[in-house]
Amino acid sequence: MEHIVIIGNGISGITAARHIRKMSNKRITIISAETDYFFSRTALMYVYMGHMKFEHTQPYENWFWKKNKIELKKGFVSKINHQANELVFTNKEVMNYDKLIIAVGSKPNKFGWPGQDLNGVLGMYHKQDLEKLENYAPNNTVCNRAVIVGGGLIGIELAEMLRSRDIPVTFLVRENSFWNGVLPAGESAMINRHIQNHHIDLRLGVNLKEIIADDNGRAKAIVIQETGEIIDCNVVGLTAGVSPNVTFLKDSGIELGRGVKVNRFLETNIPDIYAIGDCAEQHEAIGNRRPIEAVWYTGRMMGETVAQTICGNKTEYKPGHWFNSAKFLDIEYQTYGWVFGKPKEYEQQFHWIHADDTKCITVSYHKRTKKFLGINTFGIRMRHEVFDRWLTEQRDVDYVMQHLSEANFDPEFYAPYESEILNAYKKMEFQTS
Amino acid sequence: MSNKLDHSMSLASPEAKGLSIKQKVASAIGLIGFFILILALCNINLPNQGVFLTIALVLITIGTILFANDAYLTKLEGIKNDGVWFTSISSRGVLGWLTGVGLTTFYIVLYFYAELLGLGTNGEANTGLVALFDPLSKLLSGNPASQWFVYGTLYTVAIIAFGYKFILKYRHNRYQQIRTISVMFFQLGFAFLIPEFMARLNSDTFKLPYYDLKNVWPLNYYNFEQYRIDQFINAGNVGLALLIFGIASIFIITPILTYKFGKRWYCSWVCGCGGLAETAGDSFRQLSSKKLSAWKLERWLIHTVLVFAVVMTTAVIYTYLGYDPDKYWLTKGVFLLSVAGFLTLVFAGVMIFKRKELGKDARYGAIGYFTVIALLIGIHIFGYGGEIFFIKAETLRSTYGFAIGSIFSGVIGTGFYPILGNRAWCRFGCPMAAILGFQQRLFSKFRITTNGGQCISCGNCSTYCEMGIDVRSYAQKGENIVRSSCVGCGICSAVCPRGVLKLENDKLDGRINSNEILLGNDVDLMDYVNKK
Repeated sequence: MEHIVIIGNGISGITAARHIRKMSNKRITIISAETDYFFSRTALMYVYMGHMKFEHTQPYENWFWKKNKIELKKGFVSKINHQANELVFTNKEVMNYDKLIIAVGSKPNKFGWPGQDLNGVLGMYHKQDLEKLENYAPNNTVCNRAVIVGGGLIGIELAEMLRSRDIPVTFLVRENSFWNGVLPAGESAMINRHIQNHHIDLRLGVNLKEIIADDNGRAKAIVIQETGEIIDCNVVGLTAGVSPNVTFLKDSGIELGRGVKVNRFLETNIPDIYAIGDCAEQHEAIGNRRPIEAVWYTGRMMGETVAQTICGNKTEYKPGHWFNSAKFLDIEYQTYGWVFGKPKEYEQQFHWIHADDTKCITVSYHKRTKKFLGINTFGIRMRHEVFDRWLTEQRDVDYVMQHLSEANFDPEFYAPYESEILNAYKKMEFQTS
Repeated sequence: MSNKLDHSMSLASPEAKGLSIKQKVASAIGLIGFFILILALCNINLPNQGVFLTIALVLITIGTILFANDAYLTKLEGIKNDGVWFTSISSRGVLGWLTGVGLTTFYIVLYFYAELLGLGTNGEANTGLVALFDPLSKLLSGNPASQWFVYGTLYTVAIIAFGYKFILKYRHNRYQQIRTISVMFFQLGFAFLIPEFMARLNSDTFKLPYYDLKNVWPLNYYNFEQYRIDQFINAGNVGLALLIFGIASIFIITPILTYKFGKRWYCSWVCGCGGLAETAGDSFRQLSSKKLSAWKLERWLIHTVLVFAVVMTTAVIYTYLGYDPDKYWLTKGVFLLSVAGFLTLVFAGVMIFKRKELGKDARYGAIGYFTVIALLIGIHIFGYGGEIFFIKAETLRSTYGFAIGSIFSGVIGTGFYPILGNRAWCRFGCPMAAILGFQQRLFSKFRITTNGGQCISCGNCSTYCEMGIDVRSYAQKGENIVRSSCVGCGICSAVCPRGVLKLENDKLDGRINSNEILLGNDVDLMDYVNKK
């Protein structure tokens, strides 16, 4: 029986395993050093916040794996000998495979800041990071202040986590507005205000210079590059993005860039070795996507795809229309299609913001053809299916604006905003024409 | 470095945020009100009971309101589940267990030892806690209070005070607010005030049975007992109208509303049990078990209770009907045949039109159906002299009343809120929920829609589902949630951080959908796999 080994028990690896099991009787082993069972990484924050216990983040009950004949192996792979089709673990144990899927995910970025490896300095990615945070910041008497470095999705989640225990937070953001590499200016500005409304000390346009240690080798303060200001703190969160967790593959013969280089079939340069999820790097970016997509959904899609290939139906990774979502403290965000933070030269954007400053949308369309390109929505839920269809049908922006209510996904009895949005859109049309 | 550092790396017991000063004051106010009730319970003679009762109830309400104001109005609108699993009362901690034991004891006393609450027996005047409620009872119905009046009043106060808290907690969510106002209204009006006012109409010549109009058989399993039927019939047109309403509720009103809106129209908008669960019980919703084994137990248990309720009610009605069709058209024989006929019609209809949707459950449905039919035949053959299978129908009724009506719905259902979650009765025991669930699963426009491929499997929906539905297991497959047990409380949708879930009434086509590959991936792959 063919033995499929998957390194990594995140969403990519688990999805691949589940689909391979559905289609075949192959022997499947999943290796992880992080946890015994699959859990939702995106839900770690809720464990610290007390919304859930860790076991609630596990989408399958523990009996699921045995019942579906998916073997789970706890261990850390230190080496891959692809000539011999074998893996070597840190404890020198050896495991053979027929086909190997690398789904090892990411690790938090560190940019060589002085003090970045001190005690009390952590990322927020692995379950072990959560345990460290629980240790260093159980409450606001042990942790009088935390400084978060890096204004992205993980940074704002870490801020929300700490605030749930009333721990004062200083949030250092390199850009001059939160996540404005991705979000258009109006949206980014609204989130800035929302962050401040949550009593988070938001510092825009600043960089970390260094982290200062106390006598016990623990972080006690940080220094800001631009101003030289010293901020006392007990915990430093490094959340300046993530990068593929591929150091252990350095001399394996598997081609690496920033991540594991793969072709459209998610194959590496070595036969029978595949890479999926956060750690996979496309030779060439697909459409407007980045070569490395560290997103839950794309990890899942790669898992769905590679399972087909492994089970004999060779399938290209051909993702559909881009979509994503996040939650910024109390404000939900969804995006369908492409809306760029810095509009492309062909791109026109229509922005609407509600008077309460917690809801806004940005619709992107082609300047000349008026083709609808994408939408960002904050505080209003919208239907994935409808926007996916409109993007496929290449609807123009007028059609989308007229039919916006069809896409509404807010709970029943919520106030509708479509007519207000449409009026604002018409007004803009009138002024620009 | 602080010495307080805990290196156990324990995730389960971090130090939680305590109560704020205002919350402590609010708790104290509420407890003083509660203390007055305890004093009365201890038979301490309070002068001017009306005043003390008012003070007690007002303090309890104000305490809850002030607490809620400080807990929610001081923060921005949004999901307020911080620290739920660190707080003793909501995570089966010491406070949770103590509350559970306290409530359970209260229910046992209420159902079986009401005299301990001060209920006057043999025509004696009430004392203690029951006597404290006499003034209010006399004001409403003109009669002295009973233990049920005490219970009903406290129940109503709980729904209103905690309903207010719930509305603040979800002040960004209109579905939650409107739904809560609805249960508060039905509890105050239909369950509490109207029956008391109806009692006022009673005289020596005219007597209506106590009737909470929103209670539908089999939830009020006693509705068709002989004494009630006699009272209905003797009360002329009003009584007859009530009786017809009671029957129409089961066969006409309920199916139509459930078809249009799902069982939520009842379970989380109208029902008193649901009302308490959604308000006072809200802090315990995360405690329901999401295990597959719990679901299996649930399906057997709730449907067994339903079979019991149907057979028991049939037996009870059977015993007081006559044999002679000349006296009254509805004889024992006609009645049994019509019950069997109706059940056969339902069973055959489902088997013919809904066989596919039922899947493997068809077998269980058949088992249930044939069990009931066999029991009905048994009643016909062995039922004479008021005995069914040599057991008195009355025994059957009192067993049901004791085991299901008292122990299951009261003692376990509510007493165990802090242990089993707030909907243990609704989920495992309520025969009404079983019927509505059956309709919802097979004949309803209601479903919870999953938003394409947006689920991140975080588990908030499953955790906060009071009915123990593993919502995530559907959402992460891009599949709509069409479950008979879903009461449509809408909390899964509220706590979802990615806007994945929406409660909807929509076309029957595509209501039950299942996808192997989720939206967002290659369309050709989706077609290839999903249509295979």
